[in-house]
Amino acid sequence: MMKQSWWKWLAFIFLMYTCIAGFLVKVPEPPGVPLKESIRNFFFHVPMWFSMMILLGVSFWYSILALNKKHPYADFYAHVYAQTGVLFGCAGIATGAIWANYQWGSPWSGDPKQNGAAIAILIYLAYFVLRGAITDIDKRGKVAAVYNIFAFFMLFPTLWILPRLTTSLHPGGQGSEGNPALNGADMTPTLRMVFYPAVIGWTLLGTWISTLFIRVKILQEKKLSNV
Amino acid sequence: MKKVSFLQTVIALVKKDAQLELRQQYALYGVILYMASTIFVIYLLHGRPEATMWNSLFWISQLFAATNAIAKSFLQESKGKLLYYYTISGAVPLITSKIIFHVGLMLCMNLISILLFALFLGNPVLYLPYFLLLSSAGAMGLAILFTFLAAIAAKAQQQAAIMAIMGFPLLIPQLLLLQKLSLVAFSSVVQQGFWQLWGTLLGFQFLVVALAVILFPFLWKD
Repeated sequence: MMKQSWWKWLAFIFLMYTCIAGFLVKVPEPPGVPLKESIRNFFFHVPMWFSMMILLGVSFWYSILALNKKHPYADFYAHVYAQTGVLFGCAGIATGAIWANYQWGSPWSGDPKQNGAAIAILIYLAYFVLRGAITDIDKRGKVAAVYNIFAFFMLFPTLWILPRLTTSLHPGGQGSEGNPALNGADMTPTLRMVFYPAVIGWTLLGTWISTLFIRVKILQEKKLSNV
Repeated sequence: MKKVSFLQTVIALVKKDAQLELRQQYALYGVILYMASTIFVIYLLHGRPEATMWNSLFWISQLFAATNAIAKSFLQESKGKLLYYYTISGAVPLITSKIIFHVGLMLCMNLISILLFALFLGNPVLYLPYFLLLSSAGAMGLAILFTFLAAIAAKAQQQAAIMAIMGFPLLIPQLLLLQKLSLVAFSSVVQQGFWQLWGTLLGFQFLVVALAVILFPFLWKD
């Protein structure tokens, strides 16, 4: 059992480490940057987006498998991974809103990246509605997969290209360094030492949640088809 | 049997769509009337807006016009008819012809709505040729995206509503780009990263066409 689920232990250990070390490590205090202790949110807010993108990427991958009919339950996998991805997206918005409230003065200030995140969530909510509107299982799998692939290709330019073209309160807008999420050069070694395990830990947690839901869905499906 | 080239098939299908549209003119007039009344309502509620507001209202009205004009395209044709086209022409020519036809339709709608906007809401556009070019590019983008979404929505129930739900979030990036690019038409400001924005806009449209052509065959393989 231990052998089968080593990555669950890894998720547990990394997240414990994130929660303990994240609040204890010495954070940098560069002069003129009023981040202070709120930088610790960096270990929670930013990994949410990394996990969301990875989970939505997995969902996209299963949609391709669903179209190729390589995997009997691919549609369920795609659906559940998208759900977990959206869950992490909402958590990302929530953690971001708390941080923004202290740093920028209000939870929502219409920053291009905040808007981008909201668009992402809207796109995937439409995916759930579309999937729910079709009752026939074969048709649902196919149509949902087509939309998921399409949405994935529409979403990622929104998240990766558009924020670079405008000025932003986040790091990495127009005229500043770094990618749209964060400026890697600003991270000190201590930040990195907590940040990367945090990303892995949160992503594994997302995978864990997804696998549980997939098992439930498949069991329900089998029960329905046996009756 | 004579072998028909891809181009000939597409042309024949586009011609068929155009003829259908001209024969059932009530639908075409319906869309134009819908646009005119939208613009008239804006005029009643807001009078003559200033340039930036005019611009936003213009793109929103285009969005609604596109939803209405294109939603019916796949829905008006019965299942049997679509199967018939599919078997005689194949999926790729079918979606290509639909895209071309809707781009044409939206280009006409675009001209009509610019005219109506100028008539009801005044004309704050300083550089008209540029605005015509940009709004044509915008109309093209709307047409391409909604054609593909209409094809998806045709497979689900409550089609028109589903199309709006799917379309609006997916269109936001293009609308933002269009809104930024069109500001140049209203005053002699220099838009930062002007060519970059144009490149992104056209790149987006190319991506949608490519995805539509790749994914459409899967959608219709019943």
